[in-house]
Amino acid sequence: MIPRPHIDWFALAPVNSLLAASALALLCSVLAPRRSRKAVTATLCALGYATAFGFAVALYVRSAHGHGVVVDAFRRDRLAELTGIIVAGSGLLATGLSYRERWREDHIGEYYALLAAAGGGMLFFVGANNLMTLFLGLEWFSICLYILCAIDRDRLSGLEAALKYLVIGGFGSAVLLFGAALVYGATGAIDFPGIAAAGHEHDALLVFGLAMIIAGLAFKASAAPFHMWTPDVYEGAPTPLTAFMAAATKTVALVVTLRLLITAFPGDAYVWTRALAVIAVCSLVIGNLAALVQKGVKRMLAYSSVSHAGFMLIAVASNSSLGARALLYYLVPYAAMSLGSFGVVAARERELGVPVTFENMAGFGWERPLLGISMWTFMLGFAGFPLTGGFVGKFYVFAAAYRHGWTWLVIVGVLATLVSLYYYLGVVRALYMRPGENLGAAVVAGGSPAREPLLHAAVGVALTVSVGSLFAVEPLITLARHAAASLPF
Amino acid sequence: MTTLLIVLPLAAALVIWVLPLNDVSAGALALLAALAEVGVWIQLVARYDFGQGGLQFAQQRNWFSDQHVSYHVGVYGFSVWLIGLTVVAMAAAIAYGFWAGRDHLRAYLGLMLFLTGAVVGVFTAQDLLLFYAFFEAMMIPLYVLVGVWGGPGRMAATLKFVLFTMAGSLLMLAAIVVYGLSQNTFDIVQIGQSSSDWIFLGFVAAFAIKAPLFPLHGWLPDAYREASPEVAAILSGVVSKAAAYGFLRIAITKFPEPAQHYRAPILALAAIGLIYGSLLAFRAPDVRGVIAYSSLAQMGLITMGIFSVNDLGLDGSVLQMVNHGLISTTLFLLAGMVERRALTGELTRLGGMARGRPALAIVLLTTGVIALAVPLSSAFAGEFLILAGVFRHGWGWSVVGAVAMVLAAAYVLRLVSAILHRDVGPAVSDAALDLRPAELGVVVPLLACLLALSAWPAAITQHSFRGDHAQADVAQGFK
Repeated sequence: MIPRPHIDWFALAPVNSLLAASALALLCSVLAPRRSRKAVTATLCALGYATAFGFAVALYVRSAHGHGVVVDAFRRDRLAELTGIIVAGSGLLATGLSYRERWREDHIGEYYALLAAAGGGMLFFVGANNLMTLFLGLEWFSICLYILCAIDRDRLSGLEAALKYLVIGGFGSAVLLFGAALVYGATGAIDFPGIAAAGHEHDALLVFGLAMIIAGLAFKASAAPFHMWTPDVYEGAPTPLTAFMAAATKTVALVVTLRLLITAFPGDAYVWTRALAVIAVCSLVIGNLAALVQKGVKRMLAYSSVSHAGFMLIAVASNSSLGARALLYYLVPYAAMSLGSFGVVAARERELGVPVTFENMAGFGWERPLLGISMWTFMLGFAGFPLTGGFVGKFYVFAAAYRHGWTWLVIVGVLATLVSLYYYLGVVRALYMRPGENLGAAVVAGGSPAREPLLHAAVGVALTVSVGSLFAVEPLITLARHAAASLPF
Repeated sequence: MTTLLIVLPLAAALVIWVLPLNDVSAGALALLAALAEVGVWIQLVARYDFGQGGLQFAQQRNWFSDQHVSYHVGVYGFSVWLIGLTVVAMAAAIAYGFWAGRDHLRAYLGLMLFLTGAVVGVFTAQDLLLFYAFFEAMMIPLYVLVGVWGGPGRMAATLKFVLFTMAGSLLMLAAIVVYGLSQNTFDIVQIGQSSSDWIFLGFVAAFAIKAPLFPLHGWLPDAYREASPEVAAILSGVVSKAAAYGFLRIAITKFPEPAQHYRAPILALAAIGLIYGSLLAFRAPDVRGVIAYSSLAQMGLITMGIFSVNDLGLDGSVLQMVNHGLISTTLFLLAGMVERRALTGELTRLGGMARGRPALAIVLLTTGVIALAVPLSSAFAGEFLILAGVFRHGWGWSVVGAVAMVLAAAYVLRLVSAILHRDVGPAVSDAALDLRPAELGVVVPLLACLLALSAWPAAITQHSFRGDHAQADVAQGFK
C-alpha cells in the first residue's frame, strides 16, 4: 500500500476554497432556478475568492519560514501567499466586472464555476515546487481559461479567440513539458531544489531544457516573441475575462518564472539573466511599437500588457532580492490598473454594443465622470506618471537593472516609456478632447446607461489600489521583501 | 507649513471635483483657496528667517526606506520668492479663468489648483524622486488644460508639448535613478556632488526643454498660442521657472565640475536663444507670438545668469525669474483680454485701442515699460545684475545681453503700439469696452507687485541666499 503523505490542509485552503466554490457553483447551475442562477453562482464565486483572499492573508502572516508541504510538491511561503492575495483580489474584482456583462446567459453558472476554478489553478501554480505540480497547475488554469473565452457561443470573436488560445497555449504547454523532460533527463530530479543541487553548469541538455521552460512560461506571461496570441485573445475574449487574464495570468506566470529560475537554476544564472533581458527588450520594443498603431482599445491594452511583461521581466532578470521586490511591488498597481482599465472598456462596450475603439471612446470622460477619471488615472499610471504606484514600480525595476549593472536596460526602459506615452495619452485624448457629437459612430444604444454598481465598485477599488500604492510604498515593499525572502538569493 | 502650501490647493481641487457645485460657487471656492494659499505664503515670508537663510520649515517623512527615499520638503530664501510668484500668478489665472467662464468650470479650476500644488511641490521638494514626481505632476493638468480648453490647433500643440517635455523628464528619471543609487540616497540636501557628465546632461536636458532653451523650444510657440490665455500665462510665467529652479538647485549645485565644463556651450545656447527669441518676437505676427518668443529670450537670459555662478549673476537671475514670471503672466492675461475684445491676436488687425480705453492703455503700457527693462524698473535691475555677472566670464556675453535689451525695447514697443496706437484696426470695434473692474482686479495686483519690486529689488536680491553670498551658498550646496 502506498503510504499516505502528511497533508497541510491549511496551506491548501485558498486553493480548496476556490475549488469548493467552483463545485458549488456547478451544482447550483443545475439546481438553482434559472432566474436566480446568475446571482447565486456569482455570489459563490465571489465568496470563494473572498475566502481564498482571507486564507492567503492568514497564511502570509503564519508562513514566516517557508517550507514544502505534501511531500515537498507544494511550497507554503510568503511568495506564494502574496501572489495568492493579488490573484484572489483580481478574481474578486473580475467577478464584479462580469456580473452585468451582456451575453448569452444559458451557461452563466458554468462561467462562474470555471472562473473560480481558474483562480484555484493559479493559486496551485504559484505554490508549485516541482516540475510536475508546475505543469499540473499551468494546465489546470489554462484549460479553464480556454473554455471561458468561448463561453458565449454567439460571439464569433470569442470562439476564434478560444481556438487560437487553445492551439497556441497548448503549443506553449507542450514546449514547457518537453523542456521539463529534458531537465529531468539532465538532472534526474523534478523538484526545484533537487534540480539546483544536481545541475551541472555548461550542461547542454539542461540549458536546452531551461530555454524551453522559459519559452513555455513566456507564452503565459505574453512576453515577446511569444505574445502572438495576446492581442487576438484579449480582443476576442469577453472583456471581464480579459481583465482577469491580464491581471492574474500574467502575475502567476511571472512569479513562477521568478521562483523556478531562482530556486532551480541558480547555477545557470549567466544564461537565463541574459535570455530574460533579451526577452524583456523584445517585449518592450514589440509591445510598444505595435500598440502605437492599434485602433481598438482592447488590442492596444493587450500590446501594452506585452510591454509591461517586458518591464517586469527586467526585474526578474536582475536576479536579486531587489528585483524580486520590484516585481512583486509592480504587480500590485499593474494588476489593479489592468482590471480597472478593462472594466472601463467593458462599461463602454455595454453602452455601445460594439467593440470599443479610440474613435468611439470619444467624449466618454465627460459622459461618465467616475469611469472617465478612472481610465485617465489608469492610462497615466501605465505610462509611469507619478499619480499611481506604476511610477514607483518602474523606479524599482530601473533600480534593480542598475544594481545589476545594466544601465543600458534602464535607458531602453525609459525610451519604451516615452513611446508608450503616445498611445496612453491617445486614450486620454479620446476620452476628453474630442467632442463625441462629431462622431457618428458613437451612438449610444438608447436610454441612459445601465446602472452597474458592481462594475463601478470594482473600478473604484482598482482606482483606490493603484493610487494608494503610490502612497503606501513602504508597507507594500515590506510585504514584498518578506515574500522575496522565501527565495534563496 | 510647507506641506500646507502643497496640500491646500490639492485638497481644494479634490473638493471642487467631488462636490456637485454650480459654476459660481465652484469658482468662488477655487478663488478662495487660491487667495488662502497667498495668505499662507505671506505667513511663510513673515516667518522665514532671512538672516539665517538655508533650509527652513523642513518636514521629512519616510516614503520608502530601502531606497532611502522620503517625503522631504522645505524652503530656501530663493524658493520663498518663487513660491510667491507661483501663488500670486495662479491666483490671478484662476480669477481670470473664473471670470472668463470656461466650459466645465469645475474641472478647469480643479486642474489649475492641482497645478498650483504641483508647482509649489517642485519648488519645495528636497528629495530627488519627490522632485521628479512633482515635476511630472505639473504635466498632468497642463496636458489636459491645453488639450481640452485650447484653441483649434490644440491637439498637435499638446502632443508636441508632451513628447518634448516627457523626453526630457524621462532622461532626468534615468539620471536620477543612476545618481541616487550610486550615492545611496535620494535626499537632495544630503546627496553628494557628482562629476558625471552623463548624469548632469540628463538633468540639463529636462530643464533645457522645460525652460525652454534654444534649440529645444519647438513646442513653445504652439503651446503658448493654443492654450487659453491664463494657461499660457502660467506656462510661461510659472512652469518655465521650475526649469530655472532645477538649474539652480540641482545642475550647478550638485554638478560643479560638469557645470563648469559645459558652461561655454550652455551660455552660448542661452545667448543664441536670447538673440533669436528677441528677433522672432520682433517679427511675430500676433500678440501671443511676441510674448512667447520674448519668453524664450528671457529664459535664455536667466539661464545665463545661473550658469555664471557668481553673486551678481545668481541674485540677478532669481530676481529676473520673479520679474519675468509676473510680466509674462500679466502680458498673457492682457493678450487674452485684447483677444476677447477683438476676437483675434493678429497685430495687423489690431490698433488704436488706447482711444477711449484708458485703463487698458495704462496697464499695458506700464507692463510693457517694465518688460523692456527701462532703468528704475525691476526688470532693469535683474537684467543688469545678470549682465554684470556674466561679464566675469567674458565681455562678449554681456554685449550679447545688451544687444538683446535693445531688441527687447524694440519688440515691446512694437507690441504696445500695434495694440494701442496707430489707426483703429479692422478687428477693433467701438463696442469693445475698456477693461472691466474684474479684469483690473486680476492684473492690477500683478502690476502692483512689479512696481513694488521696482521700488525695492533688494527685497529679493538680498534675501535669496545665505548671508547674501550666492556663490558661497551654491558652493556649499545650500547647507
